[in-house]
Amino acid sequence: MVGSATPRVSATVVLSKPALQRVLDNLGNSGFQLIGPTVRDGTLVLAGIGNISELPVGWALEQKPGSSRLLRINSTDYFGCTVGPHSWKRYLFPPQTDLLTAHRNGKGWVFEPSPDDAPPFAFIGVRSCDLHAIAIQDDVFVNGNIRDPHYAHRRERAFIMATNCNTAASTCFCTSMKTGPRVHSGFDLALTELPECFVIEIGSEAGSDVLAGVDWQPASAFDLGRVSQLIQRTERQIQRQLTTSDLPKLLYDTIDHPHWDVIAMRCLSCANCTLVCPTCFCSTVEDHSDLTGSDTKRTRVWDSCFILDFSHLHGGNSRPTIKSRFRQWMTHKLGAWIDQFGRSGCVGCGRCIAWCPMGIDITEELSTLRSLGAR
Amino acid sequence: MSTTVLLDRAATADPMLPYMATVRAIRPEAYGISTFSLEYDDASVPLGFAPGQFNMICLPGFGEVAISICSDPNSPKIMEHTIRYAGSVTRAIGRLRVGDSVGMRGPYGTPWPMQLAEGKDLMIVSGGIGLAPLRPVILEALHRRSSFGRVLVLYGGRTPQDLLYTDEFEKWQNGGIEMYVSVDRADETWKGQVGVIPMAFYRTRLDHRNTLVFSCGPEIMMRFVIYEAMARRIPKEAIYVSMERNMKCAIGFCGHCQLGPVFICKNGPIFRFSQVESFFGREEF
Repeated sequence: MVGSATPRVSATVVLSKPALQRVLDNLGNSGFQLIGPTVRDGTLVLAGIGNISELPVGWALEQKPGSSRLLRINSTDYFGCTVGPHSWKRYLFPPQTDLLTAHRNGKGWVFEPSPDDAPPFAFIGVRSCDLHAIAIQDDVFVNGNIRDPHYAHRRERAFIMATNCNTAASTCFCTSMKTGPRVHSGFDLALTELPECFVIEIGSEAGSDVLAGVDWQPASAFDLGRVSQLIQRTERQIQRQLTTSDLPKLLYDTIDHPHWDVIAMRCLSCANCTLVCPTCFCSTVEDHSDLTGSDTKRTRVWDSCFILDFSHLHGGNSRPTIKSRFRQWMTHKLGAWIDQFGRSGCVGCGRCIAWCPMGIDITEELSTLRSLGAR
Repeated sequence: MSTTVLLDRAATADPMLPYMATVRAIRPEAYGISTFSLEYDDASVPLGFAPGQFNMICLPGFGEVAISICSDPNSPKIMEHTIRYAGSVTRAIGRLRVGDSVGMRGPYGTPWPMQLAEGKDLMIVSGGIGLAPLRPVILEALHRRSSFGRVLVLYGGRTPQDLLYTDEFEKWQNGGIEMYVSVDRADETWKGQVGVIPMAFYRTRLDHRNTLVFSCGPEIMMRFVIYEAMARRIPKEAIYVSMERNMKCAIGFCGHCQLGPVFICKNGPIFRFSQVESFFGREEF
């Protein structure tokens, strides 16, 4: 049981906390670049890590509308911080992707696809909300008729080490969106952090393989009970709610509601919510050419429906006001997304609430629209 | 087996990568509007398009634009695109000469439902440059004139100088197409009708049980076209409109062209009116 043998898929094992380092080493030695939560620039970011000490041990992230603060706490948890402003889309659908180059060749052009030299990523500590967010972006980029090769290249090679949440922020509402806090599928390994050990569910062959040479023991019924208790405790911490039963209809019925004007008085149209959102996928295409115009690089960069240029059309703009742009974002996220992809575009991670400089709360605005009724 | 190979190719090909195309002809249509005939340089690029579909045309350093294909779908080798010089990309295209190169990929989008129109009367209502995506419908109808009942073209422009394809109107009429052309503001040369194009409905008689309406033009125009058509008891399922929004990718990734639940690029640009009715003409939506 212990030592070189690897556990079978769907088994649950127990690891001592320091043994996680060995798992990360195995991943690193297999060519993965490890990406995990770490404290940088005064907040929690997702960045390259190598050692478990780089995980945010002893930190908590206190979040509320318009506020996200790192706090020093007396804890030895590696995965005790809830989600920060970064999400994994940063690595699967980066803020800037090189699409192609165009090189002038006499009177014509030679178009060449830009190679993606990104290494395969191992995501360490993906929470259930973010795991659902990845699945939602899969709908957009690879599950349709046309596949995005850039996203597919990164997504197919990604190793996912998920984590069950042992704490929730005040901005969390995954229970409403049915996206957490328990991880159910779509991972290679799923960790639950108990005070003295990790309980790990093996989700795939790749997940099993990285436990080679790691000291593990099969989880006992007692361990599994503690895992369930922990997740239930997290569930009870989640206070924020969003009712989804009347979506998307409620949003379609309230297109002309005056409450959008009230929200627009607070919204700065800064696009923070779309940048921190783990599912927002809008992008624009930019050409960068040298001074002679003979070499051009075409890139895809994150865009936002809050940007005025976004809906520019000859002869005007189809969404010239902040009201119309906020309405587009929220109606798409919570409503139209369901028609487009068969599920909501919101995973209840609460990032848009915490990172809105005005503290606009999507759950509160929806419930206000509902209580004021259709206009 | 061959299907598998095709699928593999589609899976590995980069959908944003344009092919080289050469400008074969440029025909001025109106002030600031010309028709560009474009041909792919690489003979292996799969050809073929349906009326109403569009291509993404690019000039490196300037960017890409979505432009409707306005030529005959029966001769897909050279595709014509009527372009108004409106933004930075279209203005740069406007500076091209015959023999110059552009990048092009496509065709994209849903076509006009030509098959549904067979055996029925077809009413084409357009304004300004909105005639461009309907020209393939007219050319197709001319090829198979007997497949359709009456074919009517209601076409309006701001001034006589803004009308497109005027030199072809006689040929279309001789081919059995009823033309009603009007302008908003006439000048001393104009001998035709004056007024906005929805008014042309009052000059026609329609069989509402057997007519399909295809409309493309400014949204305000289409709104009144739909009103006039429905006032004549044409069901909204028989009315088709072509919608337009900012587009960056044409393949459903960039998010720019959304209108409520639809992506104009992949669910449209041609919609049955009943598909978009709840969102059509909603202010700033």
